[in-house]
Amino acid sequence: MSPRQFYGTPPPGADPASLGGKLLVIEGADGSGRSTQIAILNNWLERNGHATVQVGLRRSTLVSAELDQAKQGNILGRVTMSLFYATDFADQLDNIILPALRAGFVVVADRYIYTLMARAIVRGCDRAWVERLYGLAVVPDVVFYLRVSPQVLIERNFQKNDSLDYWESGMDIGLSGDLFESFFKYQRLMAREFARMQEQYGFQVVDGNRSIKAIAADLQKRVEAAL
Amino acid sequence: MQGALIAVEGLDGSGKSTQIHLVKRWLELEGYKVFFTEWNSSLLVKSATRKGKKRLLLTPTTFSLIHCTDFADRYERQILPLLRAGYIVLADRYVYTAFARDAVRGCDSQWVRNLYSFAVAADVTFFFDLPLDVALGRILSARPKLKYHEAGMDLNLSSDSVESFRIFQGRIYEEYKKLIGEYGLVVIDATQSIEKQQGEVRKIIAEKIDLPQYRWRILR
Repeated sequence: MSPRQFYGTPPPGADPASLGGKLLVIEGADGSGRSTQIAILNNWLERNGHATVQVGLRRSTLVSAELDQAKQGNILGRVTMSLFYATDFADQLDNIILPALRAGFVVVADRYIYTLMARAIVRGCDRAWVERLYGLAVVPDVVFYLRVSPQVLIERNFQKNDSLDYWESGMDIGLSGDLFESFFKYQRLMAREFARMQEQYGFQVVDGNRSIKAIAADLQKRVEAAL
Repeated sequence: MQGALIAVEGLDGSGKSTQIHLVKRWLELEGYKVFFTEWNSSLLVKSATRKGKKRLLLTPTTFSLIHCTDFADRYERQILPLLRAGYIVLADRYVYTAFARDAVRGCDSQWVRNLYSFAVAADVTFFFDLPLDVALGRILSARPKLKYHEAGMDLNLSSDSVESFRIFQGRIYEEYKKLIGEYGLVVIDATQSIEKQQGEVRKIIAEKIDLPQYRWRILR
């Protein structure tokens, strides 16, 4: 087993040589079908005898409550917001992801550093700063990017919530005072950032405009190849 | 940037907070626009930091990141806007505290420097240099109950908190000494009397910073 790679210097105590397991990442906007696909994938993995652990954004015991609170008030600067999310990520990296890999689990990440990086960059944080910040992240075995057209995204968002989410519409950046227009502009900026990262980080693009079943079958095939 | 930034660094017990307080009083009484900020004091981040410290949830990386988040919050909402508005900003501990502490906790020093690279350099940073034994003596005689992270207990240096504090502070002191040359910190001999130190500090500030431009403009 060759030691796991990190994007930069591993965090203290990571011990890359001890890390086995698999790290699968699913990226995609809200409404891309991420959660649905992760639930199906998780069942499939466990049916096949793999022990799994799930991680995602804003799930750390350390700062998730504070992040929720901050989002309500919309009072954080962009650097502070990015660092708050990075703290949330690092907490899960140190306390869940790395121990699980060490124990040979399949870790399924509902989004990873890429969403966090794209959000920060779209909000004007320095790209090199953001990339070095997330140098602490372990390189996944595979990253799937569920690509969904903005039109389909907006339909699914309305189906789910009856309204567009303030943050997923990028209203905090002031792209437009109009929520609908801001949503499109913001998602376009995020998609452009993901397109750029796709090459840099070698994402596998999965067409998310298909049926749940078709996407699930596609993902299983790809995961099987990666395990 | 129109403002001026003055920072103080040093070991716990080095007297830096006393000195920056006196600088603040001096500048205020002379009629300058002054703002004071101290390490680890952002209200928003405080609850997370407290929780993390209380339940011992912090790893070296999250310890580093949460303190940087706290700093960023103060920086984006206070330090930077006030500097742009032409204030003299006084900082009790600045990025060097993180550089020293995080290095001792094993974080990669380049990673930590990058983390804080959004922050402007201070116009002058004073390092209050007190021999380790004296600084330890001041803290240990005045405050026998050391907090867990303050004593560096998370580093497993010793199961005895006082012993752990000694080793931890010693390592931080070594890191600080490296930073003095690297960043040109102005060293003040903290074994001198409070008055003597303050005299030196005021003299250097007056030399480095064009103080009259920071006076309140009285509108008649």
